[in-house]
Amino acid sequence: MSGPVTPEPLPGPAGEPPRIALKAGGRPILQVEDISLSFGGLKALDRVNLEIREGEILAIIGPNGAGKTSLLNVISGVYHPQQGRILFEGQDRTRFRPHAVANQGVARTFQNLGLFRAMTVLENLMTGRKKFIRTNFFLQAMFWGPAQKAEIEQRERVEQIIDFLGIEHIRKVPVGTLPYGMQKRVELGRALAAEPKLLLLDEPMAGMNLEEKEDISRFILDANEELGITIALIEHDMGVVMDICDRIVVLDYGSKIADGPPAEIRNHPDVIRAYLGTTDDQPPPASATGDITDRAGRAGGGPIEET
Amino acid sequence: MEEFLFFMEVLVSGLLQGFMYSVVALGFVLIIKSSGVFNFAQGSMCLFAALGMVSFWEAGIPFWLAVLLALLMMVVLAVAIERVVLRPLVARPPLILFMATIGLSFFLEGLAQGIWGTQPHGLDIGIPDRPFKGFPIDVSQFELFAAGVAILLVVGLVIFFHRTRIGRALRAVSDDHTAALSVGISLRMIWGVTWALAGMVALVAGILWGTRLGVQYSLTLIVLKALAVLILGGFNSITGAVVGGLIIGGSEKVAEVYLSLYFGLGGIESFFGYLLAMLVLFVRPYGLFGDEIIERV
Amino acid sequence: MIYRESGQFASSYAKDMRMFPLLQDRWAFGALLVFAFVVIPLIANDYWLSSILTLFLIYSLSAIGLNILTGFCGQLSLGHAAFMAVGAYASYNFAVRLHTPVLVNFLLAGFVAAAVGLLFGLPSLRIKGFYLAVATLAAQFTIEWVLVSFNWFAGGSMLGAIDTPPMNIMGWDVSSNLDKYLLTLSVVVVLAIVAKNLGRSEVGRSWRAIRDLDVAAEIMGIRLFPYKLLAFMVSSFYAGVAGALYAFCYLGSLEVTAFELAVSFRLLGMIIIGGLGTILGSFLGAGFIVLLPILISQAIVFLHISGASDFLANAELMIFGGLIILFLIVEPYGLARLWQTIKEKLRLWPFPY
Repeated sequence: MSGPVTPEPLPGPAGEPPRIALKAGGRPILQVEDISLSFGGLKALDRVNLEIREGEILAIIGPNGAGKTSLLNVISGVYHPQQGRILFEGQDRTRFRPHAVANQGVARTFQNLGLFRAMTVLENLMTGRKKFIRTNFFLQAMFWGPAQKAEIEQRERVEQIIDFLGIEHIRKVPVGTLPYGMQKRVELGRALAAEPKLLLLDEPMAGMNLEEKEDISRFILDANEELGITIALIEHDMGVVMDICDRIVVLDYGSKIADGPPAEIRNHPDVIRAYLGTTDDQPPPASATGDITDRAGRAGGGPIEET
Repeated sequence: MEEFLFFMEVLVSGLLQGFMYSVVALGFVLIIKSSGVFNFAQGSMCLFAALGMVSFWEAGIPFWLAVLLALLMMVVLAVAIERVVLRPLVARPPLILFMATIGLSFFLEGLAQGIWGTQPHGLDIGIPDRPFKGFPIDVSQFELFAAGVAILLVVGLVIFFHRTRIGRALRAVSDDHTAALSVGISLRMIWGVTWALAGMVALVAGILWGTRLGVQYSLTLIVLKALAVLILGGFNSITGAVVGGLIIGGSEKVAEVYLSLYFGLGGIESFFGYLLAMLVLFVRPYGLFGDEIIERV
Repeated sequence: MIYRESGQFASSYAKDMRMFPLLQDRWAFGALLVFAFVVIPLIANDYWLSSILTLFLIYSLSAIGLNILTGFCGQLSLGHAAFMAVGAYASYNFAVRLHTPVLVNFLLAGFVAAAVGLLFGLPSLRIKGFYLAVATLAAQFTIEWVLVSFNWFAGGSMLGAIDTPPMNIMGWDVSSNLDKYLLTLSVVVVLAIVAKNLGRSEVGRSWRAIRDLDVAAEIMGIRLFPYKLLAFMVSSFYAGVAGALYAFCYLGSLEVTAFELAVSFRLLGMIIIGGLGTILGSFLGAGFIVLLPILISQAIVFLHISGASDFLANAELMIFGGLIILFLIVEPYGLARLWQTIKEKLRLWPFPY
């Protein structure tokens, strides 16, 4: 996990099978057990069970409003579920606050960007290194000795990530002024800077063109293969999902309806039904409540829209 | 018995004063509900409105005409504020808008005094600030009148919000900006209307408080009372403004009277409301009647 | 052509992370220090030293404090002047009751203010935004009331009127306006550098992260409450020291009204006009606000306007308010950003791009 990482070209589908075979036996790093979450009368998650295995790239897909973002929010501690529990590396952490989750080694990105807009790219990435800086307040006030040394050490690590993502030229630019695709890349960098064991990506390629998507896909694969980071991502582009993921979980109306390798999910009848929207002429599954009427207009889960 | 009557007298006088706080707080609630802006300049708007009205009246214009003129003036002011201050700041963080209204507060205070001078004006609307005769406890006629005005104002606003087209549009906007825009409600028009309404409420508040304190610089300070009322009641609730006003008005008067009676500690009115409001906030972070804001991620 | 970075390469991260990475900036900073410590004492008269420069420095210090809380950490405070009052009265009491040395005294004043700041920062656990801003008003009124009502704080005199005792620092009799200016300047320079350091290290980054997006900050592992409390404390510490300087080096004798609500708003105006979240902006804003009345009165003399005193007060209000709005609309980072833009232009000069 040390030394700069050189980006590699995106492996073609041909390179996939051995990887899957290698990972199928990975032990679970995160277990979500029987989680339910609701906002008022709106049920965002309904008894969801999920396992993220060490070393894999897992995709969470589903129609708009299926509860994907809610699931990530529960995993990262933003919301606490009314029912069920979450285990990280076998240890119960259902009630952890987000900062505690982060310090356990979970990092994430946001659907609608969660960058610190007035701060530079470098500073944004440096916030990812926070947990590695253990100098006290008074030394920082002097910017001297151990404080300066810690800053330099972390800066070196951040520079490696900047190099990895190819964003050297914008390191001192405030992120708010960057184009959208670049911001997405910086946000990925900030999450990587935290050296997470588990990385959660909420639509990392939303609104990107083909070339940008290829770039991000490559970064995700490299992070997974070379840095050994387990990744769970939400993505709508099925082409990308099928290409880079080892396993796919499908949510609909807050419930898990399928879980398996891409080839299996592609032909799963429930998934096809959920995506083709047969709910127009037949009643929705039992788990759905009457409140979810505008699900087509929603991305993510329930009432949680963009920040 | 004597002591109980005294207590009642203090309490009732406090509650009635609370109605007057509510009138000021209502102006805030209106603007917050429709535009999410926390308008710190509400106090300056009261001064501006009252000073204008008094000056028209003193210039020989009949009372009602002077009130009407002042109303018109507040509408013009509201439109100007919308154009010059709010429109360029649309979509900026709420705290930035709040700071802008602090700037606006100073600007209006300077402007009002620049136009009409800094001398205090007495204002007598014909209702004496004297107790009724024959009651077991002393209740000021003016305070009763002010409470009546406050109640009328609340009823009027509720009718406006629920029974008129424009009122319904305002409620739609406060529920969901984007959705309201998409069904063809003009946000600019809405903002203009609410600020004009808030300007009218400011005129009412300015006249009431001006009668009590004289029309002068210190009118801007009533904003500080209203703020405590607002955080206690919840920023976006008309009910909250009224109930908060009553709670703070009543309790601070009782506390003031009894603390100075038994401990010789006077002047707690300046901060008592805030301490009370903070205590409430610890239990209910969005005030008694405020909507809880769900964190969006 | 003169102001540019070409040929200057940061050969280590330490060099790249210097307070002033550019050679020209380092020279300018050095020249400014020489000017403030050497040239000003030679050329400034008593009026400038006592009424303008010392006040400017004290306001700058207090504005830095407010900027740490509001500009860095994003927590709006409307009661900053009250913490200056805490510092002023704390330093007075240490001086007359315990006879602590002057500098220790100032430091203690800062710590007492920080402790009170901690107390009033506690609501940030549950509330934020407007609600918290209004809660800071509670600090303003409560502290004012306590200082006025319990005359123990003012050694028994009414309305909290105090007279500061003479100062002596290891044989240096700080009595003339020049002495007081130099003492203030030294304290302000040291604390400004400390603030700059905090701003560029982990604490400052965490504060700014909370300001920009608190949810994301928490997800990056930053605990919101301790950092907000720390911001309240550091901010109040600066206000406390500034208050002590205000009492000892500027006014000498004062009442609680010296720290009324209007002062809190003036400080807020300074950081908005000067630049939210920058140390430089605190100085620029303070300088601007201190000079504004002088500029206006000069303008009145120049334009022969009658009814001057009323006009002066109202014009000042309008310009102050108008500028706050203008800066928020046009240049949210204030004069400090304008200065950046000028430097940017200067870097390219004489070429347009």
